[in-house]
Amino acid sequence: MTLAPPRPGTLVKVRGVIGESPQRPDAADKVKGEFAYASDLRADGMLVGSTLRSPHAHARIRSIDVSKARAMPGVRAVLTAADLPTRELIGLMKLDQPVLARDVVCYVGEPVALVAADDVDRAVAAAKAIAVDYEPLAPVSDPVAALRPGALQVHEKGNIIDSVRVVHGDVRATADVVVSGEYEVAMQDQAALGPEAGLAIPDEDGGVTLHVATQWLHEDLRQIAPALGLPERKVRLVLAGVGGAFGAREDISLQVHCCLLALATKRPVRMSYGREESFFGHVHRHPARMWYEHGATKDGRLVYVRATVVLDGGAYASSSPAVVANASCFAAGPYRVANALVHGVAAYTTNPPAGAMRGFGAVQTCFAYEAQMDKLAAACGLDPVEIRVRNGLREGDAIITSQPMVGSAPVAEIVRRCADLPLPAERIPTDPLLLPGGTGNLTAGEGVVRATGYAAGFKNVCYSHGFDDSTTARVRLMRDARGPIARVHTAAAEVGQGVVSVMLQVTRTELGLERVELDTPDTSVGSAGSSSASRLTWMAGGAVQAACREVVVELDRRAAARGVSRRDVGLPALLDEPIDRTVTYRHRPTEALNETTQNHGHVAFLFAAHRATVDVDLGTGLVRVVQVATAQDVGKAINPLAVIGQLEGGIAQGLGLAVMEEIQLKDGRVRNPSFTDYLLPTILDMPPVLCDVIEHPHPDAPYGAKGVGEPPTISSTPAIVAAIRAATGKALNRVPVRPDDIVFGNESRSGWRIAPGADPATAERA
Amino acid sequence: MDVEIARTLDGALAYLASRPDAEPIAGGTDLMVEMNFGRHRPKAVVAIDRIDELRELLVAHGRVRMSAGVTYARMLREEIGSPAMRQAARTVGSPQIRNAGTIGGNLGTCSPAGDTLPVLAALDASVVLRSASGDRRVPFTQYMTGPKKTIRRHDELVVAVEWNDAGDAQVFMKAGTRNAMVIAVASLALVVDGRRSRVGIALGSSGPTIIRATEAERFGEGLMDETGWGRRRVPSDAALAELGSRVAAAARPIDDVRGTAAYRRHVLSVMARRAFARAVLLA
Ligand SMILES: Cc1cc2nc3c(=O)[nH]c(=O)nc-3n(C[C@H](O)[C@H](O)[C@H](O)COP(=O)(O)OP(=O)(O)OC[C@H]3O[C@@H](n4cnc5c(N)ncnc54)[C@H](O)[C@@H]3O)c2cc1C
Repeated sequence: MTLAPPRPGTLVKVRGVIGESPQRPDAADKVKGEFAYASDLRADGMLVGSTLRSPHAHARIRSIDVSKARAMPGVRAVLTAADLPTRELIGLMKLDQPVLARDVVCYVGEPVALVAADDVDRAVAAAKAIAVDYEPLAPVSDPVAALRPGALQVHEKGNIIDSVRVVHGDVRATADVVVSGEYEVAMQDQAALGPEAGLAIPDEDGGVTLHVATQWLHEDLRQIAPALGLPERKVRLVLAGVGGAFGAREDISLQVHCCLLALATKRPVRMSYGREESFFGHVHRHPARMWYEHGATKDGRLVYVRATVVLDGGAYASSSPAVVANASCFAAGPYRVANALVHGVAAYTTNPPAGAMRGFGAVQTCFAYEAQMDKLAAACGLDPVEIRVRNGLREGDAIITSQPMVGSAPVAEIVRRCADLPLPAERIPTDPLLLPGGTGNLTAGEGVVRATGYAAGFKNVCYSHGFDDSTTARVRLMRDARGPIARVHTAAAEVGQGVVSVMLQVTRTELGLERVELDTPDTSVGSAGSSSASRLTWMAGGAVQAACREVVVELDRRAAARGVSRRDVGLPALLDEPIDRTVTYRHRPTEALNETTQNHGHVAFLFAAHRATVDVDLGTGLVRVVQVATAQDVGKAINPLAVIGQLEGGIAQGLGLAVMEEIQLKDGRVRNPSFTDYLLPTILDMPPVLCDVIEHPHPDAPYGAKGVGEPPTISSTPAIVAAIRAATGKALNRVPVRPDDIVFGNESRSGWRIAPGADPATAERA
Repeated sequence: MDVEIARTLDGALAYLASRPDAEPIAGGTDLMVEMNFGRHRPKAVVAIDRIDELRELLVAHGRVRMSAGVTYARMLREEIGSPAMRQAARTVGSPQIRNAGTIGGNLGTCSPAGDTLPVLAALDASVVLRSASGDRRVPFTQYMTGPKKTIRRHDELVVAVEWNDAGDAQVFMKAGTRNAMVIAVASLALVVDGRRSRVGIALGSSGPTIIRATEAERFGEGLMDETGWGRRRVPSDAALAELGSRVAAAARPIDDVRGTAAYRRHVLSVMARRAFARAVLLA
């Protein structure tokens, strides 16, 4: 549709500004299947790369023989650690991971060798023809055992990736009512529908351009360039179409490999994982074991919380330090408690590396503390809503790291508003399709019990603990034959969440101009930071807003120079020369992590509450989630429809963790690396969702918008499990809840006894 | 890979006879998965989905003949002479899979988790095999010899399955940890055939082959003899529990990534009790 250019001086209503829900620029292509994802990339003369991975959880590499593979027809390069240009390590927070395993392999799936060949079949066949002589070593499978004195070390510096203690008030406080428990969260996969893919093209200057699906171009660059032995200016990254991320694309997967093969063969090389390889090629959510004790007064007011949290970090650090920091800082939940002692550790094991996944750290402890809150409610004779209302953080209250709450709706209000949403019709259906088991035709109501559960959760937005978190935006305003147009260039990764819409809407709002276009994100502009930590609406929104406002300052200056006002003369008249402004936006600095007090360790917090109603078939142990209701404080809904999309999508992922999603490990080996056996919720598993979107603006955030993406995943899981507990009377201290757990009342036991709050190194065999 | 598109059954059979390295492909919903995973790459395939003879469906004179090319989507749309088969078809995959997947392919793969298979076993159905040299007709229970193992020779096609219309008192149930599109953790087909005074009970995903719970069948027949076939009286809880434990005892389940043996036995007994109670009310 073309619009007649506005006449100077007329006020035109600009469509697609903030607060509206304009159609996403990529919507039609995605719906029609025409959107180019990274796996669709191709180039003339392109080769295909393939990876040989370790079949052992822990083994020494005695020798690698690539002679057979190199001699195969159509094979253009075979690379092992011996061929790497440098010995630089990679890693998000600690450089601890080799690009290709050199002397040892530390997990099943660790990359050992690379092949580039004319086509996929040849590449895969050549990788299989590489002979690696392994000497198996004892695996380190249990993260608690790994932390005890004398444990076999995965790497030289011990098995602690990072540990965090939070000491708050009196660590020896006592209380009238005490509840405790051990909890487990199993390993969840991000299961983005687009597996890892990228295309590396060698450049004439000896450098390389990598088109890749990632969450953070510049962080990839920071790790790739040294590993290739190239200066950063010789490595260019361009964002390719991203088919979902959820944290799995924060770490390097094939980036370095693809560039190495392109540089070695001097030809474009594409790597594209299949689903099975994807399960080995990216990090997963940290499995957790948690020991909790809560003390409260008889009327259910929290006196203390003590917790020990052990996260299985797997073979390499990835983002474990941040995950354990989150798990520990938020270990008491969104509640007011004067005394707390938390000890969180992420351990190295020879399991697959764990890293970022939506809500990281907060998801694990929320499952535990919300189960504890329900136990406390039962012990005090309160209902689950009342215990949360009574203890919920209010503005000005501090969390256990001593940071006060600013600019957030009170937790009590969020919980109450969630509880006030209409419940589903009371009658249990009789059509088996609508009952637990669904198409399995298992019940027409026999054995079915309906119940409801509640949970609340919270998490930080943006990067915490002193990290220099920034986003750069370049905004150009110019005039072409059709009139004024703005172009926005950032490195922000659109991973499905809709940051493209946010940037367009902000620009339209600030410039009062509908014609806005986005440049392809790449590393020729400054870093945007990661599409993670629910941060890009705040950060990219802030950067684009700030750059637009500088453009407006220039417009005003030009108008003033002519003695007119900007509004009277209109945009076209002021754009004889384009305006080009680049701004790097930072949120308020945060403080480094320490044991006791940080007034500003985190930028701000996101809160949500969930209520789940489930039908449970006590005979088969199967669950049908009937409805989920949620209230969430988003500050400001920049794009209300996208907000609902995040709420529903996050709940689907939380539901998955509650009742079906689990990477099953045996001795470090993934037993179910396929969508046949790694079950994701289908549309028949996903209930209707009722949303109450609360807009309580944060004073520091652009337009008050706080970020949305993670809270829906955090408290939806415990709400669903609370409902299942209410229906079954079973303890259910582990997610996902399996049919066995419901039928037989199994409880998960780590086999370790740890006093909640104590160092897990003191664990004793139970 | 050579691809032959057969237009006639004879053409397909002749091709199979001439190419020992060729395999039939119908809906491709099993075979293409095997190929995509690189687990199995036949040298040649013969597409049999365009053969009219394989799409016939005959329900007449109390006899059903379902040709191999009948898809799950058709089983849901058309009269197929077995409510349990329809329920089984409904549990298969997603709409896309049901549009393409066929009963012939289910029998070609012959996984213990194949959803039509317990129904065929409970109905005492026969499998009709044909090669260039002629037909043979074998009871389903003899057709399947192990997990993904059958007596089918390479040059034979499954052309149809046949069974006697056993009336309305039939139930298929499938337990899986998702409400749709899930491979059976355990499944059960139960037929109460008043005309023949026969109870058929067969279990899927409960052992290396589909298992007929013969003891439970006899027990069920005894119950029907007592209460009267066609009387629509639900047996006592104790009787149903006994039936359930006989079904569980017939199973030979294992622990695997989809479920535990203990859960399988448990859920089989629950399914048996519920299916029997439901079926007698449909008699
Ligand atoms: C996402 C998904 C979900 C699924 N869900 C289910 C499910 O819930 N329940 C279930 O039972 N199955 C399920 N399946 C498996 C599959 O859809 C069924 O087994 C289906 O019946 C296969 O039929 P087809 O026509 O697609 O077989 P094909 O893939 O074409 O063939 C399968 C095998 O049978 C052979 N074959 C095919 N036709 C004949 C014939 N007439 N004579 C001899 N051999 C033959 C082929 O050579 C091949 O070996 C699922 C598959 C997918 C991909």
